Amino acid sequence: MSTTDEGSRQREREDRATRGAAVAFLVAIGAAIGLFVVYLSGGQTQLEGVLLFAAFGGVGVGLGIWAKVLLREPELVEDRPPLHSSPEERAEFVKVYGGATGTPTPRRRFLVRLLVGAGTSLGLALLLPFRSLGPGPENELFTTSWSDGEHLVTTEGERIRATDIVTDQIVTVFPESATTPEQRADSQAVLIGLRADRMALPEGSPATVENLVAYSKICTHAGCPVGLYRAAVGELLCPCHQSTFDVNEGARVRSGPAGRPLPQLPLGTDDEGLLIALGDFEGPVGPAFWNMTDRPGGDA
Amino acid sequence: MTSPVDALARWFDERLRLASPSSKYLRKAFPSHWTFLLGEIAMFSLVVLLFTGTFLALFYTPDSRTLIYDGPYAPLQGTEVSAAFDSTMRLSFEVRAGLVMRQIHHWAALVFVGAIVLHMLRVFFTGAFRKPRELNWVIGIVLLLLALGAGFTGYSLPDDLLSGTGLRIAYSVLLSIPLLGPLLGFITLGGEFPGTDVLGRLHLMHVLLIPAGLVAMLTAHLVILFRQRHTQKPGPGRTERNVVGEPLFPTQAMVSLSLFAFVIAVLSLLGGLFEINPVWLYGPYEPFAVFAPAQPDWYIGWLEGLLRLWPAWEFTLFGITIPEPFLPGVVIPGMLFTLIGAWPWIEQRYITKDDAEHHLLQRIRDVPQRAAVGATGVTFALVIFVAGSNDVLAADWGVSLNALTNVFRASAVFLPLLAGLATYRIADRLNSRPSSPTPESQAAPP
Repeated sequence: MSTTDEGSRQREREDRATRGAAVAFLVAIGAAIGLFVVYLSGGQTQLEGVLLFAAFGGVGVGLGIWAKVLLREPELVEDRPPLHSSPEERAEFVKVYGGATGTPTPRRRFLVRLLVGAGTSLGLALLLPFRSLGPGPENELFTTSWSDGEHLVTTEGERIRATDIVTDQIVTVFPESATTPEQRADSQAVLIGLRADRMALPEGSPATVENLVAYSKICTHAGCPVGLYRAAVGELLCPCHQSTFDVNEGARVRSGPAGRPLPQLPLGTDDEGLLIALGDFEGPVGPAFWNMTDRPGGDA
Repeated sequence: MTSPVDALARWFDERLRLASPSSKYLRKAFPSHWTFLLGEIAMFSLVVLLFTGTFLALFYTPDSRTLIYDGPYAPLQGTEVSAAFDSTMRLSFEVRAGLVMRQIHHWAALVFVGAIVLHMLRVFFTGAFRKPRELNWVIGIVLLLLALGAGFTGYSLPDDLLSGTGLRIAYSVLLSIPLLGPLLGFITLGGEFPGTDVLGRLHLMHVLLIPAGLVAMLTAHLVILFRQRHTQKPGPGRTERNVVGEPLFPTQAMVSLSLFAFVIAVLSLLGGLFEINPVWLYGPYEPFAVFAPAQPDWYIGWLEGLLRLWPAWEFTLFGITIPEPFLPGVVIPGMLFTLIGAWPWIEQRYITKDDAEHHLLQRIRDVPQRAAVGATGVTFALVIFVAGSNDVLAADWGVSLNALTNVFRASAVFLPLLAGLATYRIADRLNSRPSSPTPESQAAPP
């Protein structure tokens, strides 16, 4: 094979590459014009995506061909000097700036310690403003808006007659007085018509009205609303991490990661047969926290 | 007559003396291998995120005050929604090119984290983190954590039902921290859940603090890379004392630009054709509403799976309740990231006992213990990631959710161990074959 042969083949290769890159850049220009047209005529998400793909893809192909075929740079071989300094450079540095090797004088040690102390205490003091970001938890995690005599209402705010709830029915309820998102968020509960023959609430459970029970709707695991009710098996299922609660047995945990039952709401009726709460939930609702078994505020 | 470019170059050179350092730095050798491009894909995704994100921020309102939606999306007309949700709806349906930008942004986030993880795996399994690159390994972990933070704060912003549920879970995990949890939870939200301040705070983190951290850390990552020069695969003419590759300018620079264009092209196609995070289908967030199946973006999936699989262990220690989510939500992830970050030192101290500088990459099999630990970790991550969809899988396969969860629990313990042991055996056997000489990378440099 002669060198002229190789040379002409190389030229041919470069010509072809040039044509390829040119076509790619032309596609990019065409797609960019297309983007103008699409945007000015009102926009269309799918077309915008495809045209952007064609425009940037064209540029990418063109540059790729250019780099790989036309820019035939020879491979470089570079020396890699060691990353550390030479002993002479280190010695020079220590001579000029003093090293950590020399024994510090007692005076310097004393001052350095005080400086560290100043830095630490000041650092802690500078964290304080973050405390302004919100109120402390106080009693908020222990209480909800339920109290004795509070009417149960639906998401639409309508009071509920005990006789309106049929067996296997489930309704999300709130205290009538809860209006802010915060109040509604921690007071949300589910009212369920249990099958009387299956009810087996534990000893000492809060009061119920006939076969009606109400549990906090906030999962005791990670706080999702326990939104899925499987009446056939008498269980509430949390869609987030799949804890299940047995509604016939005081919302005891059947399976999943939840650590304790859903708190139950003591139920009663007023003179007109409308459902009311007889007090707040027995314990804190929702996910656990470190001091949840303390009851601050002299609640006992 | 000089060309305008030459004239401009001369103008700058006469003021900054650029020619001599440029010719030195622009000719740096850049070893090429396709796996070296994973980090670049992550970086280019970040650039796309910064640009599309700036556009989105021009339209987004971080405000949880409610109003009545009256936009063109009929199913939600007349619904009470937050101003944040409303602005996301307007961006998606009324702002021209808004939806494509939003979807490119979301896809870019998924690709960003994915490219970081693959890049990390490449660096791990080839031993590229060894001395002198331990620092860049740790910076890489910080970048990954920032990317996860950026992702979570970002997808929480639209205030839709899915992201609100995610926020509720994150708040519960925060609440689970002993002694500090309730206070941290309250000052994060500005009060009891759901609070009124959280969107503004998430927004500030998402558009300012986290991106600033990402850019700062990425800069440090690149400066250190530049200073230490690239690693290279062993091969003819390649030693611990040289770098063989394409010149940075012009070849590698043009390859990188081409890759940049491809990354934008692919993200645009995804954003244009593949619907992602359709908040209009989820609806606005209501604390008492939820839908199933509820699943986060993929890079949070492993945490979600861990929360699903962890047994209901809630106990009292010295009068302090240790909430169930504390271990799977705080302690285990913290330990995992600490272990990954400390790996270069653990390996150096307990396995290789090798204190020399290394620039030649290893094969996976070269350090069987490392390969085994890596396989264990990857298998564990995959199992808990898949377990994050246990409800969907149980429904699809028509099996009991409980039974499936127990299978996943056993798998999360035993499969990683099996994978680790198998990897160790295979690597060990490959190494002991006479046809497999120890590569140059194993030889300590003089």
